[in-house]
Amino acid sequence: MPFRLLKFALSKEHPEPRMFRQPDRLKSNYDAVIIGGGGHGLAAAYYLARDYDIKNIAVLERGYIGGGNTGRNTTIIRSNYLTPEGVKFYDESVRLWQDLSQDFDLNLFYSNRGHFTLAHTDSSLRTMRWRAEVNKHFGIDSELVDPSEVQKACPMIDMTCGGHAPILGALYHAPGSIARHDAVAWGYGRGADLRGVEIHQQTEVLGIQIESDRVTGIETSHGTISTPRVLCAVAGFTPRILDMVGLRSPIQIHPLQAMVSEPMKPWLDPIIVSGSLHVYVSQTARGELVMGASLDPYELHSTRSTLDFAEGLAAHMLELFPFLSHVKVVRQWAGMADMTPDFAPIMGKTAIEGFYLDAGWGTWGFKATPVCGKTMAYTVANDRNHDLIQDFSLSRFERYELVGEKGAASVGH
Amino acid sequence: MKLMTCPINGSRPISEFFYGGELRSMPDPNMVTDEVWADYVFHRNNAPGIKCEWWCHIPSNSWFIAERNTLTDEIIHTYLWGEVV
Ligand SMILES: Cc1cc2nc3c(=O)[nH]c(=O)nc-3n(C[C@H](O)[C@H](O)[C@H](O)COP(=O)(O)OP(=O)(O)OC[C@H]3O[C@@H](n4cnc5c(N)ncnc54)[C@H](O)[C@@H]3O)c2cc1C
Repeated sequence: MPFRLLKFALSKEHPEPRMFRQPDRLKSNYDAVIIGGGGHGLAAAYYLARDYDIKNIAVLERGYIGGGNTGRNTTIIRSNYLTPEGVKFYDESVRLWQDLSQDFDLNLFYSNRGHFTLAHTDSSLRTMRWRAEVNKHFGIDSELVDPSEVQKACPMIDMTCGGHAPILGALYHAPGSIARHDAVAWGYGRGADLRGVEIHQQTEVLGIQIESDRVTGIETSHGTISTPRVLCAVAGFTPRILDMVGLRSPIQIHPLQAMVSEPMKPWLDPIIVSGSLHVYVSQTARGELVMGASLDPYELHSTRSTLDFAEGLAAHMLELFPFLSHVKVVRQWAGMADMTPDFAPIMGKTAIEGFYLDAGWGTWGFKATPVCGKTMAYTVANDRNHDLIQDFSLSRFERYELVGEKGAASVGH
Repeated sequence: MKLMTCPINGSRPISEFFYGGELRSMPDPNMVTDEVWADYVFHRNNAPGIKCEWWCHIPSNSWFIAERNTLTDEIIHTYLWGEVV
């Protein structure tokens, strides 16, 4: 192995196969253009090519694929949401995740851990009971458990949280999982590429051409192309693209930060979330703790990190796990979360013919990558919103028909 | 540590402040259609740029206006509502 590695390093060629091709120039027209080479955009391209035989597609990515929120998130996958619309949608996604590694022939390190959302107050116990009932109604494995179950699954936890936030119970969701985020982007990217989709990295969309309320083309940093259909899947960049087409939305950008510890022996099997303490944490297969907290408190289109965040999160981590006081944080980063007022996404057709939106994914969209790809591919191919996304359209706000997912999405992504 | 200047209390750590959203003018709810009202309540052009925003210094409960670049986080001016810079 070291010899092979040495040969590889010294060789001028790179004989290892690339995950996907790098087309050298844009064509003058495509049947559909997807803005954003994150998981969502690549998944939509994959299903359009695989299920609808639409292959003349370009995915345009200003940086590198998976370099947006897809490669910055804490990878929690679950379906124990609060609203019927949300529960049905995320449940379908969790189902799709089960076969993805096989579909891609690529190991996504999908790891089923079980997911505890801790309750430290009577009012959070009440919301959890409500969530558990909605979940069970839709056949989702979700139940309220008492503190002894938490203690059993996670013996290292301080059940009193330093004496001031005792754990009264938890919402337990057995299907809760984590997965390798980069591999998800690569898997969808390779699958789309194999079916003829072109992935153009380092290609930024600068403008969108519209004639009588219909999309006709796109201006990019590498020239102009014509296309009748554009899917915008750019997460934290959504307001900038909406500005190009003159649409207004409630999407506001806030940084969401996360950090990771040095690796340790495995001691934390489940995913632990505490809304009251603003913490969620899981341990990766390499032994690092991946930790996150709530959003930064004000609008900002930036991926800068702050010391305030690291200090605050570390303090709360120590309330739950005092024995970690000597463990070091090795890395900290941020993504730009595209937040909506009801903590539900904005998906589907818009007032502009041929302009489709997959946005408003805020802090919770990684788990939805497969189902977003599927439903957006259907929507773009048929020019009709897929049944599962009917309630998520941009026009719901002018109809005052919000989805109300905050109780299940605000901290525990 | 990021600092912000409260027009009354001077330069303070940003963690002492609360963000109150963009400064906008409210249409008269009795005079406009439901759609116009919904547009006011929900919709914005949230592309990055220099914005006028409401902020509050929490310990002293002082509300004021900040002009801030939402791309770079540079705070350009802070002043009390009604003051001219
Ligand atoms: C710290 C953090 C933790 C999170 N934790 C979780 C979690 O535990 N579970 C969960 O389900 N979700 C989580 N999320 C949310 C999740 O990461 C996102 O909702 C999801 O990854 C969005 O995927 P996407 O493909 O839509 O966007 P992205 O991956 O951001 O892709 C959008 C792409 O569009 C590109 N782009 C933007 N503008 C242009 C342009 N003009 N031209 C060309 N390309 C452009 C960008 O470069 C980017 O690569 C978290 C997010 C963050 C930041």
